[in-house]
Amino acid sequence: MAGLVPAIRVLRIEKTRDQAVPADIYLNVAVGGVLTGLVYGLMALGLSVIFGVVRVVNFAHGEMMTLAMYIAITLFTAFHLDPLVMLVPIASVMFVFGYVVQVRLINPFITRPDYMQFLLLVAVGIIIVNGLLIAFGPDVKSVQVSYAFDSFQVGPLIIDATKLYAAIAAIVVSAALFAFFRYTRHGTAIRACADNYTGALVVGLDVKQFYALTFGLGAACVGAAGVMLLLIVDVTPALGPAYTLLAFVIVITGGLGSMPGALLGGVLIGLTEAMAGLLFTPSAKSMFAFAILVLVLLLRPEGIMGKRAA
Amino acid sequence: MIVRLIAGVPGRGLALLAALLAALTAAPLFASDYLLTVLILILYFAYIGQAWNIMMGFAGQLSLGHTLYVGLGAYTAAALFVHFGIGPWIGLAAAVPAAALIGAFIGFLAFRFRVAGVYFAILTIAFAEFARLGFDHLSWTGGSGGLFLPVSQFTHNDLWRLRGHPVMFYYILLAATALAFLICRALLQSRVGYFWRAIREDEEVARSTGIDTFHYKMIAVVISAAMTSFAGVMYAFYYNNLFPEQVFHILRSIEIILGPIVGGVGTLFGPILGAFVLTGLAETLTAALAALGIDLPGAKQVFYGICLLLVVTALPEGIWPWLSRRIGLAEKSQ
Repeated sequence: MAGLVPAIRVLRIEKTRDQAVPADIYLNVAVGGVLTGLVYGLMALGLSVIFGVVRVVNFAHGEMMTLAMYIAITLFTAFHLDPLVMLVPIASVMFVFGYVVQVRLINPFITRPDYMQFLLLVAVGIIIVNGLLIAFGPDVKSVQVSYAFDSFQVGPLIIDATKLYAAIAAIVVSAALFAFFRYTRHGTAIRACADNYTGALVVGLDVKQFYALTFGLGAACVGAAGVMLLLIVDVTPALGPAYTLLAFVIVITGGLGSMPGALLGGVLIGLTEAMAGLLFTPSAKSMFAFAILVLVLLLRPEGIMGKRAA
Repeated sequence: MIVRLIAGVPGRGLALLAALLAALTAAPLFASDYLLTVLILILYFAYIGQAWNIMMGFAGQLSLGHTLYVGLGAYTAAALFVHFGIGPWIGLAAAVPAAALIGAFIGFLAFRFRVAGVYFAILTIAFAEFARLGFDHLSWTGGSGGLFLPVSQFTHNDLWRLRGHPVMFYYILLAATALAFLICRALLQSRVGYFWRAIREDEEVARSTGIDTFHYKMIAVVISAAMTSFAGVMYAFYYNNLFPEQVFHILRSIEIILGPIVGGVGTLFGPILGAFVLTGLAETLTAALAALGIDLPGAKQVFYGICLLLVVTALPEGIWPWLSRRIGLAEKSQ
């Protein structure tokens, strides 16, 4: 099995002048890492929003992302739909999926102990992974878009078109989510539920309804991230747990429950993985991500952008 | 000592335990080779579940990286055997302290820095993953290519070197599971056990009554890690091959804790019952799908996942608390 996360594609760099290459490689890999990290950030944003509001750790997060990725692959194979076009429809499908999971399965578990919620979501994860295995088999799948090998050159920088598009889409989706939580009535209500469960009940909010909405939004985030990530990486059904772990690492690094923290954590981890893959061996790069996680947990358990909980 | 251990246990409960022990002791006489391997698996999970339960069920510390201690035990004993010819029982004397030390290290960091709840759970995953990636690159133990023990003939059982027929492993694991059960019972009745449950229920209150919560949480993690590593040594000598991607994988940690959660967290009999139910379920599904002629990779796991969903939805405390009330053997509020 590969490392925690599929290797970031080796950069396609025309070696023009040998002595100029090293510095360029570092810069290019760093930029690639940051762009991939933004998509990671969007994935983690879903986890963070769900935890921040529902107070349930979604142990099926990576599995939900692979589900979205396989929906995208199916549509791509059948209709040759560009992943960028499928972004909104698939995010909507995942929203409905998340909403139903919360209403049917998680809402009754809200007050149960951590380990019971864990078991519930592990079961959901097992079903998704193996359902995908039955439907699509264990082979590696990917989408080949027409612009897969395009790149933009900015001075010494060569930026992959796929990574750039994916990162831009991730930023747009994240911004939409920020705006939703900040400026809409529903968003404000959800923040109220997160701040004070009892208080929200007292003022007449249907908290469980908003929990379902939140889980749906989290699922939509991870769905959108999955579709974008398809431009950058290949997928197998078994990758779900690895992405769940990656999302944990990012969210805790950035601050569990903090939205900007998730994006920042994503960028940090994306950058770390890319640089570690370049400077050491690609298979050891996840070690650096976990090292960061351990350091953050010990030195600043609330995360870089998080607020200290009681 | 024995009187204290069985004090307050209803006679029917003792009879049930004795009957179970007798049945399991006699089982290899009747069981086929296949059934024997299933029973070994059940005992293996019952034993580790018991060890994990000390941390979560008794002291309330959710560890999701317990396979770390399995792997440390397995790799320490196996490496000593492969490189120096040191037998497993002496290897155990290195493996158990090694796992206990790492457990103490993780516990020290987590409890000193007040890493608790979900954060603690994820810290334990992080260390297990760290070990997985580390052992992948540790050439002394074969790296990602795996560490292999010389495979033995089943002609005679060498108990000292743990080379032999699965029956030998069966009885070792049966003894270990029974011993773990007694240890847990003794722990629950001890001062430490009461302090643990106080910490589990409300750590702040426990602290305010003068319990040194750091100290007692450390005891829990060290005992649990040490007990778990023994299972790791057995794993290494039973399967004769170790791969970091297998041993340290997050899915192994999940497997370990499914049994006690399904059986009933914090109960003495829950981990054993959970191991029987889940391993039994998995094997039944395999047989059922084979009988139906369904040969889809993943089909078994989908059914397994659905059954898990049904169990946790229907029995929020696990099977044993529900079952024990039904048959009038409820463990006094643990």
